[in-house]
Amino acid sequence: MMGAVTSTPHRAEQGAPGEDPRAPAAARAGGHPGTWVVVPLYREAAVVADVVAELRTRFLHVVCVDDGSPDSSAALAEAAGATVVRHGVNLGQGAALQTGIEYALRDERMRSVVTFDADGQHRVEDAEAMVQRLEAEQLDAVFGSRFLDRRTELDRLRRAVLRAATVYNNATTGVRLTDAHNGLRVLSRRAASCLRLRHDRMAHATELVLQVGRADLRWAEHPVLVRYTDYSRSKGQSLLNSVNILVETILG
Amino acid sequence: MLFIQVVLIVAVLCVGAVLVRSTAGERHQAVRRILLGVLVVLAVASILAPGAVTVVARAVGVGRGTDLLLYGLVVAFLGALVSAYRRQRSLESRLTQLTRRLALDEAEPPALARARHEEAS
Repeated sequence: MMGAVTSTPHRAEQGAPGEDPRAPAAARAGGHPGTWVVVPLYREAAVVADVVAELRTRFLHVVCVDDGSPDSSAALAEAAGATVVRHGVNLGQGAALQTGIEYALRDERMRSVVTFDADGQHRVEDAEAMVQRLEAEQLDAVFGSRFLDRRTELDRLRRAVLRAATVYNNATTGVRLTDAHNGLRVLSRRAASCLRLRHDRMAHATELVLQVGRADLRWAEHPVLVRYTDYSRSKGQSLLNSVNILVETILG
Repeated sequence: MLFIQVVLIVAVLCVGAVLVRSTAGERHQAVRRILLGVLVVLAVASILAPGAVTVVARAVGVGRGTDLLLYGLVVAFLGALVSAYRRQRSLESRLTQLTRRLALDEAEPPALARARHEEAS
């Protein structure tokens, strides 16, 4: 499973950005020992093993926060090489993210955190490119966006709802993003320690952006491809849930 | 707009605002109990003397006593709803903190996990 990582990981912190731009990414970063990939996990037994295995080809440290899944998701993630942190009861994705981020913060050698969905909709190469960009440009947050190019295929209704969410997000947070609800992000240690996600369920995406905006951090957006498979579509949020997100965001 | 309409609308907004803003402390609870007490007294009064409520209703410009009572109930109901929402959020947040604390304390410490991952590669 770890075949792709051939070099021994560097124990020391990664070198200064742009240290040797010619070296291949995996060799230069050595499995990104300063990065923890946080995967909120709830009932993804069908795909989580593949998602973790793929992540582990590029990232040494993957932590799945099992949000009280009734199925075997946690065991499968662990078998695939992830560290698993278990919520005793189901709290919601926002709560799982915050737990994962706090876990990573307990590691004093952690330099950045990647948030990555467990349903296989994100690509590991996008995550890696975003980590490299965070380091190279000394940013505090890199947000994945599926709307910076036209690769991601979306049906018209979903696109419209995501656009509306983005408009609302930009109006209320003061951070101008093109894709407000993308689960793929990279945060520096500084950004991670600024976060206090209080929305347990899905309203955390806007909350996260708001807190990054308030903390006056350096951030950027990075184009990513979101793979809508039949699986992720069936697991994805129903559009009606956007009403819940809006109400939770407003009522606090 | 009738005077009573203004009063009721202002009351609805105030109850909402007070319940949303105050941090469910003792003062919050006291206000809720006073409001509940007032409602009980009014209900009893209206049962004992239905005519009296109608007199009051007429005085403020509402046709019947039952209508006045209905408006009062709507205000009280909205207040109860907002208050219940706030309390549920506060309870949820405490449950989250407890669950998170347990999860993190029971998990393999990140330093150990780090060593294991790096060993395995």
